[in-house]
Amino acid sequence: MKKSKKTVIILILIAVLIAMIPLFALKGAEFGGSDDAGSVMIDQITGGYQPWFTPVLETLIHGELPGEVESLFFCLQTGIGVGIIAFIMGRFVERKRWTAGKADKA
Amino acid sequence: MSKKQKKLIAVLAVLSVIFSITPNAYAMHIMEGYLPPKYCIAWGILCIPFLVAGFLSIKKKLQDNRKNITLLAMAGAFIFVISSLKIPSVTGSCSHMTGTGLGAILFGFSTVSILGIIVLLFQAILLAHGGLTTLGANTFSMAIAGPLLSYGIYKLCKKLKVNRMVSIFLAAFLGDIFTYSVTSFQLALSYPSTEGGVMASVGKFLGVFAPTQLPLAVLEGILTVLIIMALENYAQPELKAINFIKEGE
Repeated sequence: MKKSKKTVIILILIAVLIAMIPLFALKGAEFGGSDDAGSVMIDQITGGYQPWFTPVLETLIHGELPGEVESLFFCLQTGIGVGIIAFIMGRFVERKRWTAGKADKA
Repeated sequence: MSKKQKKLIAVLAVLSVIFSITPNAYAMHIMEGYLPPKYCIAWGILCIPFLVAGFLSIKKKLQDNRKNITLLAMAGAFIFVISSLKIPSVTGSCSHMTGTGLGAILFGFSTVSILGIIVLLFQAILLAHGGLTTLGANTFSMAIAGPLLSYGIYKLCKKLKVNRMVSIFLAAFLGDIFTYSVTSFQLALSYPSTEGGVMASVGKFLGVFAPTQLPLAVLEGILTVLIIMALENYAQPELKAINFIKEGE
């Protein structure tokens, strides 16, 4: 048990470092999306490319999705996911404690 | 232990929310309108058998045991969370992970195709990331090719008796990398370079995606290992129900 706890902590530390280091190491970098870089590459290869279809939502609102609204949708996606995981894990954790307690009494 | 684990989940939840607010929100899928129509259709058709297989396998798993739905929801939610987190990478651009490794390891690759397409639809419609026209190609790379490799690697490691956590890490890590390799290939196929053709283009697109994706793939491997450790600790009955761990292990 003790050992696995240590592994978990180390793994989380590594995960956080991987995510944070570039932010500090590359000061002033733009951190745009790599799919943007992809589209740039397509432009380079074809010599200027016009997408033949625009996203449905952008057609509906006649323009690009505002950045803030976009982050709202992304948060929504994260929120739904975290909500489900937290709910299920919460149930699992409580169940284990509850069944363990029952076994002790018996 | 249970208190520590709960804290861990709380920390993970907080972290994921923090990461989701990083600026410059972009996802790495093929963008709407960036694939010629004939390729859109071809990739779409290629996905259909996998999706049907996925649908049937989910149906069967739920018929076998209604309770399997909890782990299924968990795997789906994991993809939801992981693919919404845009992480800054060493190249100075952001990308996100796929999260499909967990589902592939737990349920097999065909199930993940359904879970993956739900996420891709969400992103294509609401976020203008990926797209409806490129849905087929994106589904193929993220929800079929990647999970297929993850599943294969995991099975192979199991046969070779590699440590379970190591094999989970490898499966998720390589699955993530493979997803982006397939994306590069898909783009290259549609946009062969004037000199050197398709292969030269593959190189160019990989050059864009691979360095960005490499650290993220490591991250994905770690997160997948963490969640499976948590599940093994708390969800033994469920894991046994899907034959992930055997009785008495």
